[in-house]
Amino acid sequence: MTGNDNASSWPTVAEGISSAAIEVDRLVKVYKQTRAVDGISFSLPRGSITGLLGGNGAGKTTTIAMIMGLVLPTSGRVRVLGHRMPEESAEVLGRMNFESPYVDMPMRLTVRQNLTIFGKLYAVRHLADRIAKLADDLDLTDFIDRANGKLSAGQKTRVALAKALINQPELLLLDEPTASLDPDTADWVRSHLERYRKDNNATILLASHNMLEVERLCDRVIIMKRGRIEDDDTPDAIMARYNRTTLEEVFLDVARGRSNGAKEGAR
Amino acid sequence: MTELSLHRGISLQRIGAMILRYWYLLLSSWPRLLELLYWPALQIITWGFLQLYIAQNANFFARAGGTLIGAVILWDILFRGQLGFSISFLEEMWARNLGNLMMSPLRPIEFLLSLMAMSLIRLAIGVIPMTLLAIAFFHFNVYSLGLPLIAFFCNLIFTSWSVGIFVSGLVLRNGLGAESIVWTLMFGIMPLACIYYPVSVLPGWLQTIAWSLPPTYVFEGMRALLIENSFRTDLMLDALAINAVLLVASFGAFLALLRSARKHGSLLSSGE
Repeated sequence: MTGNDNASSWPTVAEGISSAAIEVDRLVKVYKQTRAVDGISFSLPRGSITGLLGGNGAGKTTTIAMIMGLVLPTSGRVRVLGHRMPEESAEVLGRMNFESPYVDMPMRLTVRQNLTIFGKLYAVRHLADRIAKLADDLDLTDFIDRANGKLSAGQKTRVALAKALINQPELLLLDEPTASLDPDTADWVRSHLERYRKDNNATILLASHNMLEVERLCDRVIIMKRGRIEDDDTPDAIMARYNRTTLEEVFLDVARGRSNGAKEGAR
Repeated sequence: MTELSLHRGISLQRIGAMILRYWYLLLSSWPRLLELLYWPALQIITWGFLQLYIAQNANFFARAGGTLIGAVILWDILFRGQLGFSISFLEEMWARNLGNLMMSPLRPIEFLLSLMAMSLIRLAIGVIPMTLLAIAFFHFNVYSLGLPLIAFFCNLIFTSWSVGIFVSGLVLRNGLGAESIVWTLMFGIMPLACIYYPVSVLPGWLQTIAWSLPPTYVFEGMRALLIENSFRTDLMLDALAINAVLLVASFGAFLALLRSARKHGSLLSSGE
């Protein structure tokens, strides 16, 4: 099942997929001579956790940036929570959030100040209570009045996650959310994300190089390579198709071009 | 942050949040506060003594007391107004926080309004002590200009915002490699704005260009007030009209540059 090939059969919103959290239709992004994203299509149902996998330069970040409206597609369409992006982004930006290694929180401001500002930007009600809850949930209490620039990498990641959850988003886009965390904290963050999805019926799109994380969290995996979707299925189905026992082995097969047989099988 | 939603209401809460963000930043950093005070004070002291020296040796300048100090103060409003706007914008680039803001419900017009408010706050911190120094050391009270001072101030601050909006758009599109424009663009108009000399000094073709810049009208107006005791309303209205055009044009340019940044992926890599 490859998203590049099924564009003609992609259902329109009018045909009944407007309940999807994200709908990507024949999305293309060309930077000068580089085709960063090459005609991908997929739809993510609400309440799902999907992993976006691929090596460096596969097009994951550009895809997420187009979903967020930070990058304009060369062609194709994106709908988020039923609204066209970026044209109708004002309708949805307050209902989604993200965490990415491409951005930081202001370093001189304390954790509490940063969360207060973003809470106000997202018009969060009972903001002090919300910050207190996030501090409790994400174990920020010990350093909540410390400047962000004085935190360890792991603490900063948790603060970034708190910012991403400040508005209780229906849609959460995460780019390497546990990249700089020790195994214990990373596991704890994954548990928190699982709980958050369950409690809020939130949709999560997760770009990660941590295959164990994807196996554990995701109901679905989209593997990208050179801007195209190489495979798109549940983790178990993909591993079975490649005759592998871990996603890491599948990832290596795809990265090293040993995926042809599996791709044929997918079709 | 979307440029296609301007017809919707502007949120004072979001503007307030951004002002709070810059206020926290100022309070957290004494070098930032010191920088606001240091340069205007240095300027007024240097030019004030020069004015004193010239006044003691030239009858015309003795008569036109305060034109140099007045020009320095008004130039600082223009320059500091733009810097106050642009530095707040650059803080987001330096902090790599722009992506967070772009992805939040904050709209471009709200972002720009918060930068305008910060330019006023930063200006007040830097320029008010400067005016007090001018009174204490050189017996030049800029507030004695009265209502005309408000007209001068408004026209200068509008120009500074137009330049600030435009250069912020350039940095947004081209990354921090374009940062030097922030610091230098205003100096490019300095010779043409006729801060320290009348427009008539310029060659004819340069005078035409000079009269297309609102600050030229302000500095001519200031000289008319201090030397001839005459407030030139016509000059202020002309400056206001040009400023209105400049503000609309700079906002349009900012949106176009923001769109171009989105098209070229510049928002993902806001470094050099």
